[in-house]
Amino acid sequence: MLLRHTSTEIKERSALTVNPAKTCQPIGAMYAALGVHGCLPHSHGSQGCYAYHRSALTRHFKEPVVAATSAFTEGASVFGGQANLVQAIDNIFSVYNPDVIAVHTTCLSETIGDDVPQIFAKAMADGKVPDGKFLFHANTPSYVGSHVTGFASTTKAMVDYFAESNGRKAKTINLIPGYVEPSDMAEIRRIAESMGIATIMFPDTSKVLNGPLTGKYKMFPEGGVTIDELKKSGSSTGTIALGRIASMPAARALDAKCKVPCEILGLPIGLHGTDAFVDTLRRMAGVSVPDGLNLERGQLVDSISDWHQYLYGKRVAIVGDPDQVLALTRFLVSLDMRPVHIVTGSPAGKKYIKSLQAAVAEVPEAVNIKVPGDMYLFHQWIKNDPVDLIIGNTYAKYIAKDEDIPLVRHGFPIYDRLGHSYFSTMGYRGGLRLMEKLLDAILDCKDRDADDITMELVM
Amino acid sequence: MSSIPILEARQAQIHQKGTQPFEMDCGKHSLAGSVSQRACVFCGSRVVLYPIADALHLIHGPIGCAAYTWDIRGALSSGPELHRMSFSTDLREKDVIFGGEKKLAAALGELIDQYRPKAAFVYATCIVGIIGDDVAAVCRKVEQEKGIPVLPVHSEGFKGTKKDGYKAACDALFKLVGTGSTADIAPVSINILGEFNIGGEAWIIKKYYEQMGVQVVSIMTGDGRVDQVARSHGAALNVVQCSGALTFLAEMMKAKYGTPYMRVSYFGIDDMAKALYDVAEHFNAAPEVMARTRAIVRREVETIMPELNRIKCDLYGKRAAIYVGGAFKAFSLIKALRYLGMTVVLVGSQTGNESDYATLQDMCDDGTVILDDANPLELSKYIIEKKADLFIGGVKERPIAFKMGIGFCDHNHERKIPLAGFEGMLHFAREVHNSVTSPVWQFAPARAAVLESKKEVAR
Ligand code: SF4
Ligand code: SF4
Repeated sequence: MLLRHTSTEIKERSALTVNPAKTCQPIGAMYAALGVHGCLPHSHGSQGCYAYHRSALTRHFKEPVVAATSAFTEGASVFGGQANLVQAIDNIFSVYNPDVIAVHTTCLSETIGDDVPQIFAKAMADGKVPDGKFLFHANTPSYVGSHVTGFASTTKAMVDYFAESNGRKAKTINLIPGYVEPSDMAEIRRIAESMGIATIMFPDTSKVLNGPLTGKYKMFPEGGVTIDELKKSGSSTGTIALGRIASMPAARALDAKCKVPCEILGLPIGLHGTDAFVDTLRRMAGVSVPDGLNLERGQLVDSISDWHQYLYGKRVAIVGDPDQVLALTRFLVSLDMRPVHIVTGSPAGKKYIKSLQAAVAEVPEAVNIKVPGDMYLFHQWIKNDPVDLIIGNTYAKYIAKDEDIPLVRHGFPIYDRLGHSYFSTMGYRGGLRLMEKLLDAILDCKDRDADDITMELVM
Repeated sequence: MSSIPILEARQAQIHQKGTQPFEMDCGKHSLAGSVSQRACVFCGSRVVLYPIADALHLIHGPIGCAAYTWDIRGALSSGPELHRMSFSTDLREKDVIFGGEKKLAAALGELIDQYRPKAAFVYATCIVGIIGDDVAAVCRKVEQEKGIPVLPVHSEGFKGTKKDGYKAACDALFKLVGTGSTADIAPVSINILGEFNIGGEAWIIKKYYEQMGVQVVSIMTGDGRVDQVARSHGAALNVVQCSGALTFLAEMMKAKYGTPYMRVSYFGIDDMAKALYDVAEHFNAAPEVMARTRAIVRREVETIMPELNRIKCDLYGKRAAIYVGGAFKAFSLIKALRYLGMTVVLVGSQTGNESDYATLQDMCDDGTVILDDANPLELSKYIIEKKADLFIGGVKERPIAFKMGIGFCDHNHERKIPLAGFEGMLHFAREVHNSVTSPVWQFAPARAAVLESKKEVAR
């Protein structure tokens, strides 16, 4: 057994994370920055971090992921990274020619205390930033928060640097999709557009990290929010932020900066989650829900009723990022499933824990919740009190295998399966897909374990 | 795409054989702002030490460095799996301010008590170097308390390149060497150095040597065990695999214990045979070893030949591009590809030194592009210009190859099948063949035209 080293005895650990369910801020920053059109993410630190971030994103998306690095040496680590960053900006614009460079810091540059805005000022004063080109940055030390924090801060930085109000209100609605897959971003936008709403979505990694094979390597693929759109976001009618942890900071900042009112919702996973999203869109834009969307909703409701008998009472363990975990938990509970072990790797605050507790209030048994926790604890809980299904990223497959429990892959990273980049789990259709995955996992297991006598053909 | 600007300072790291006098400006730190494919010191140490399966590997730093190196290499173990867990001190802000030594000591104590490993490696990451934790002192203290070797690995990422990480790992290993009993070690005995058992390669190599009548005292570090390392000074010869990662250790062992060493490569028929013959030659006092070696080589080559010959027919004249970590691996790859009838049109490495590039220059045909520390734009430019049919590289290169619609073979840690040894050569040939001749490339727009024109020519 691969994880035979997991013991059942649970001890309080203060100094140690074992088998993390989170990773560091810059990778979230890099992912968010890739959702800006023509943007080259830049890691201000030494070159190892960014090599890891690029590799991890490449493994998850199976797409080329580019980013640049300040390539700190010992000198820079002692004297500060200003010279490196100024030189980097110069080199990047002259060689790779992106529209914008998104700088994120690393633990290293944060600890030595580099002041990025001041370095930007120097680069501009030295004429290193050509006309019509842009810089923005986010501070992303990993000893605070997690990859989700890095994503949230970078999304907020898009507002801080670019959003402006031209005094008039346009009809557009801003959508902040949260730390979700490119496919989810596309689906979130599709739903809004199907309601006839003009949107500005940021970040938007669809067509960037799920692009087509063209026979050419393109450093800057087609998709992504443009700087122009980001500017205009300050004049939109309103903002819908999906996922409080990943998207609220940007929405709040936009409200404060440009007086664009915002609504903070959970991720649109499942029936209730999507209802809330659609309803908010409807009210904010003053439109009605089109038949097509009602049809999708009806189909989801229909499938839920057709299949609920295989789902109810099923005990589930969920591990992942806070916004995802909360939305998934709500969906499962609405299907009468029982999330009994819940872990987020990322810290998310007391208010979040309260929401999670509220979401499982109806579950008729004790529910373990740990925010933040790690996969080791998650596994210990499962060992002590087995479940029918696990939902988690690729690393959860070790637990699934050792304990012989079906797994539905969800979250980041997924290194070993196709699908997440192309098929959304958000919206009504996404709800259907998610149900399909839950059912496949549970029913495949049921078929496998059925003896000859009880094996059923029709389900 | 046809012309990309190349950084002036990079000109000296790109060379086309036959054009100008050759002098590669290598071994330099990557330029700030470059999209290098290189990694850090820590990465180097981690890949070298990671396969030691009964040791504890604790990463002292913020979470990311640990998360990204959690079980990403398929270094197989025949016994313990402790190395596949991820242990991190997950430094938080207050640790960065007040120092992480206490946390480190607590984490080590806890882990050693729980897992009773044979030794512990403690990796220092960038930030630890900056905040100035005395990792060595903590290790010494815990070592005394717990009575097992606790070895600091000075792998702060910014302190150099991946190569310096190899060195740091060798320093740590060297402290273990000489601490075990050398009883039962035959005069005809070796250590296999620099073989990490990716896909079970070390087992293949070990089998050959054992069949020759050579005792394998230790493998460093594939399927490695602390006890083996501790007694490795008793072996008569160190056989160091190409990557050069363990050359530092071989040097140190030579100086202290007088153990001679030789460099070999297990890749490709010629190099593999040479690796066995050279060892047999070394032990020529025991002539039966050479006799057995001849028999083994004959047997193995005869086994793979029929299929290899079939594959060669299909691959004849196809063009390959190589971009790998160490230059030594490139040498073997060039030979192996030539053996398959292919032409190498581009070859680059992340860490080659001057003499490596001189060797490459000698080996390559006129017109071959030689690159040091390349970026994706350069790679894709030359791949298109040179009409490559195959790209051999690592995780970050794979999607680049696929975007351009050409075959790919992973010769880095993501390979799943053994490519070393005689049978490895057959696997390699099959993989190259399957990818290069795959019908899926007809779907790639630009490639379709190229493939078509090649067919024309063939007709
Ligand atoms: S912090 Fe340093 S050690 Fe860690 S990944 Fe980055 S460069 Fe490497
Ligand atoms: S040093 Fe920080 S930014 Fe770099 S990999 Fe480690 S945790 Fe991530």
